[in-house]
Amino acid sequence: MMRLPTFTYVGAKTLEDAVTALADDPEGTRLVAGGTDLWPNLKRRHQGARSVVGLRRVAGLRGITGDPAAGVTIGAMTTLTDILRCPMLRDGYPGFVRAVASISSPVLRNMGTLGGNLCLDTRCTYYNQNEEWRQSIGYCMKEVGDTCWVAPGSPRCWAVQASDSAPALCSLDAHVVLHSTAGERVIPIADLYNDDGIVYLTKSRTEILTEIRLGPAGARRSTYWKLRRRGSIDFPVLGVGVALELDGGTVSSAKIHLGAVHSFPVAATAAAAHLLGKSLTEDVIAEAAELAKDPASPLDNTDFTLQWRRRMVGSYVDGALRELAGLPPKATPSVHGEGALALEV
Amino acid sequence: MSEHVTATYRVNSEGRTIAHPAHHTLLEVLREACGLTGTKHGCELGECGTCTVLIDGEPQLSCLVLAREVEGAAIDTVEGLEGRDLHPLQKTFADLGAAQCGYCTPGILMAAKALIERKPTPTRADVCEALSGNLCRCTGYIKIIEAVEWAAALCRGESGARPADASLYGVCKEKPHG
Ligand SMILES: Cc1cc2nc3c(=O)[nH]c(=O)nc-3n(C[C@H](O)[C@H](O)[C@H](O)COP(=O)(O)OP(=O)(O)OC[C@H]3O[C@@H](n4cnc5c(N)ncnc54)[C@H](O)[C@@H]3O)c2cc1C
Ligand code: SF4
Repeated sequence: MMRLPTFTYVGAKTLEDAVTALADDPEGTRLVAGGTDLWPNLKRRHQGARSVVGLRRVAGLRGITGDPAAGVTIGAMTTLTDILRCPMLRDGYPGFVRAVASISSPVLRNMGTLGGNLCLDTRCTYYNQNEEWRQSIGYCMKEVGDTCWVAPGSPRCWAVQASDSAPALCSLDAHVVLHSTAGERVIPIADLYNDDGIVYLTKSRTEILTEIRLGPAGARRSTYWKLRRRGSIDFPVLGVGVALELDGGTVSSAKIHLGAVHSFPVAATAAAAHLLGKSLTEDVIAEAAELAKDPASPLDNTDFTLQWRRRMVGSYVDGALRELAGLPPKATPSVHGEGALALEV
Repeated sequence: MSEHVTATYRVNSEGRTIAHPAHHTLLEVLREACGLTGTKHGCELGECGTCTVLIDGEPQLSCLVLAREVEGAAIDTVEGLEGRDLHPLQKTFADLGAAQCGYCTPGILMAAKALIERKPTPTRADVCEALSGNLCRCTGYIKIIEAVEWAAALCRGESGARPADASLYGVCKEKPHG
């Protein structure tokens, strides 16, 4: 048996309990929501904890309120399966729901929460290994080592942002609510992420993510395309979240975010700007897809070869935009969570 | 010695009060404290699905649940599947040879039970998706999928003809994942 290390467990019943426990020992305390990221990380000794604060029994953190016309609020403890089973989210924010449908596997989605997904640890082929393996290379900078094995000589860690819902929610301009003993603040979700594989969130360790807020859906179209080796279980090797609005045939707003190509969800701003004021023709889409490759700077620390992953950024942005434009797919369409969407109706 | 907790669990509708190390997962408590070794330990990291049990009716991975967090919840394991007779899933898995080494079977049976209860008439794509977090290294999945479909038919009260032998060794016609 691969056992968890020992720690003090605090089963919080109120948000107050949880923020107080965090404030007592911010460096030694970790939160647990569904545990599908925290427990594997503790078992493999990637992370340690003097105490763990369980959010499962905190009242008011689970649930979906509002409607797409006015905007929707999702509690951080809402499970990924809860999201898939919510018809109004499917109607109003299809890109986000598709991203959730493509996360891990059905059993894991019954456990994993949206808050946990957004705060998910970054990943790297030199890090997500068992302890003996990591010890044999003297660990790396993300732990107690001093070298980054992906880019030796680099002063920083390049572990990749691995949450599927993050790029989708960035493209939809969602906001997150953070709570601490100091009070509450609301920030755009893109600002939650930091350009660093180790300190990958900007929130302080005393803050708890309590809510995810989506603005009115309006006439926005959205989608999410995910590249991975198998049709289930695997983390993204590339995630493309796109949201756009058309006004009389021309694009009036566009957002494209790329996941798993950097330590944070990367905005493909030039590609999105290229679409503005234009009709979504095959040529315009192909040009935007080419532009989207620039900000993606993946390193060789996930599944698949680096060169191919770079090429796929263009193909996936092209495919996602073609889908939103109603154009036929260029190749046999890949599947991005359709199985889960059909199962969980 | 590590800190122990005493907690009451509802396993297969039976209350069990158990003292166990406070940091143990539900998998450890089921196997080591309750002696219910039907639930298997595989990767222990969420990747294989063999430790799947039902928690309040939903399939979850017992290796990634801190036991004390599910005190009071309804926990169903493979040992509770059989009533007076074998559960239809047990019958069809046995009749179709849907298990070879059998290590993944307890997890698959529990995931399939939840599927049939939620969707009595699952499509083949539904079966593939519902089992897509449960790995099997022996069977190639076809017999497993057919056994679940056959069991669903039996649960619906249909006469439930055994799937044609030809399809047992055929290919999955509806491709689940692109
Ligand atoms: C085999 C496997 C495959 C996976 N595949 C994918 C995948 O394809 N895509 C994907 O995106 N994820 C994947 N995951 C990761 C994970 O299952 C999901 O991201 C899940 O949603 C995490 O949520 P959780 O509630 O289980 O998080 P937890 O493990 O409980 O928490 C994750 C992290 O977030 C922190 N945290 C949790 N809740 C809060 C909060 N409210 N406020 C502040 N911090 C918080 C925790 O302290 C921890 O550091 C996979 C995991 C496994 C084991
Ligand atoms: S990017 Fe470098 S420092 Fe970061 S986890 Fe990978 S090897 Fe370690």
